[in-house]
Amino acid sequence: MCARAAFPTLSCMSIIEVDRLHKRYGERVAVRDVSFAVEEGEIFGILGPNGAGKTTTVETIVGLRRRDGGTVRVLGRDPERDASLRDVVGAQLQEAQLPDRLRVGEALELFASFYARPADPGALAQALGLAGLERHPFGKLSGGQRQRLSIALALVGDPRIAVLDELTTGLDPGARRDTWALIEEVRARGVTVVLVTHSMEEAERLCDRVAVVDAGRVVALGTPDALVADVQAGQVIRFRPRPALDVRLIAELPQVTDVLDRGGEVVVTGTADALAAVTAVLAREEIFPERLRVEQATLEDAFVALTGRAVRPDHEEAAA
Amino acid sequence: MSATARLALTEWRLLRREPIVLFFGLAFPMLLLVVMGIASDGADRDLGGLRLVEAYVPILIAFNLAMFGISVLPSALVGHRERGVLRRLATTPVGPRRLLTAQLSVTSAIAVAAVIAVLVVARAAFGVGPPADAAGFVLAFALTAAAMLAIGLVIASLVPTSRTASAVGTLTWFPLMFFAGLWIPREAMSDALLAVSDVTPLGAGVGALQDAMGGAFPDPLRLAVLAAYAAVAAVAATRLFRWE
Repeated sequence: MCARAAFPTLSCMSIIEVDRLHKRYGERVAVRDVSFAVEEGEIFGILGPNGAGKTTTVETIVGLRRRDGGTVRVLGRDPERDASLRDVVGAQLQEAQLPDRLRVGEALELFASFYARPADPGALAQALGLAGLERHPFGKLSGGQRQRLSIALALVGDPRIAVLDELTTGLDPGARRDTWALIEEVRARGVTVVLVTHSMEEAERLCDRVAVVDAGRVVALGTPDALVADVQAGQVIRFRPRPALDVRLIAELPQVTDVLDRGGEVVVTGTADALAAVTAVLAREEIFPERLRVEQATLEDAFVALTGRAVRPDHEEAAA
Repeated sequence: MSATARLALTEWRLLRREPIVLFFGLAFPMLLLVVMGIASDGADRDLGGLRLVEAYVPILIAFNLAMFGISVLPSALVGHRERGVLRRLATTPVGPRRLLTAQLSVTSAIAVAAVIAVLVVARAAFGVGPPADAAGFVLAFALTAAAMLAIGLVIASLVPTSRTASAVGTLTWFPLMFFAGLWIPREAMSDALLAVSDVTPLGAGVGALQDAMGGAFPDPLRLAVLAAYAAVAAVAATRLFRWE
């Protein structure tokens, strides 16, 4: 970290800086104390359960809300005062829709006309898999097509920063994967991406760094791997030994913290190196581990450890 | 094309794709005009010496203004707010205010086109002379349109969804059109009814338009009533309107 507060023109300046952001709606505190910095060219995730303050945070970044405390700087400028930031920040808002009878091509042309140097709407439609849909009305698009259009509209101004809120909520698994691939392409073009999500899988898969927000505070900040490593959850190994195994051989390993024999299935809990140690013992004893499975700690586990509770279950995703 | 022109074009396209709106706003008053024209048989003493079709030309102009001002405009605007379009625009360099400008321009342009169409058909098919006091007519029309659009914006400020906007617009439309004389032309109203009609926006509007059709400059009292409605509603809408 450099002394960017004192020398805001230094090249190491972050593209977005949020410092002790505070926001209330009447009596209710939506964002208590949020600070983070986003570096140019990264995919930065803001992760947390519903009502954590994620959306409010990004709404202050795109200049939709006035903060009650703290500072926000985007490209060194204050989004509350500097409307020119809207030229360089593209936004995809949660649950924002278009009129049902507006066609895809018309929406792209319309939003392109808002910017001084827009991207080519035709090329963008091509890149986002919307080619051929130009004459389709918004009301007849599928969920995935709507999301792609929404991303296209966020990018049509050729922005330096794209803020994407709840990008894949409500999409089926295939559409989610396609959307993720798309975001990586966007970043490859040099656009900095701020991604709001309550999906662990999405954050783990896409984000270079993640701020975990809970009840209006940042409870953890780092790469998904580092957050997972911090949890120290280690590994859970399951297998059916053939022939049967004396579990004491496993239990005495220093990497192993716990062993259970559940009617033929052995469940071993241990550190990150437990698998190697266990397989070495099995090889030595000439025991074959049938149906061997290893469960790694995930960002989900990290989240539970950090906040003391689970993120809400993804009902829409399960239903879609 | 500039952003505002592009927004106006978009609003027009969206409107054009709502056939019911265009029918009730444009075709229906024209149909009424034709019916009134065919039913007219000379000067009617009950209508103060006017022919039926002459009495109805200003009423049908008011019909169109009321339809677009207090029903179509608020329901489109509230629909945009409901769907987050205004919020989405707030994140672009253009901002949501320009959408409002575009929508008012489109609505006004349609109203002007409709009034020209009514006057042309009335003249060509039924021999209704053009407004004898053209300047007075333009002024009366502009003030009536301003009052309707401003009232429409108040409705848009108060209702949460575009469905309620349509309902409230329709509920407002009936009494306004009653006092404009759609069912009983003002010339045939009792003195008491006429006194009420004079202080309603469309009663004053139709009165002022009828004055100008006949060649007199509109009664200043009627213009004052229209201006007051427009001003009060515009101030209220400015204070009450929510962009999200």
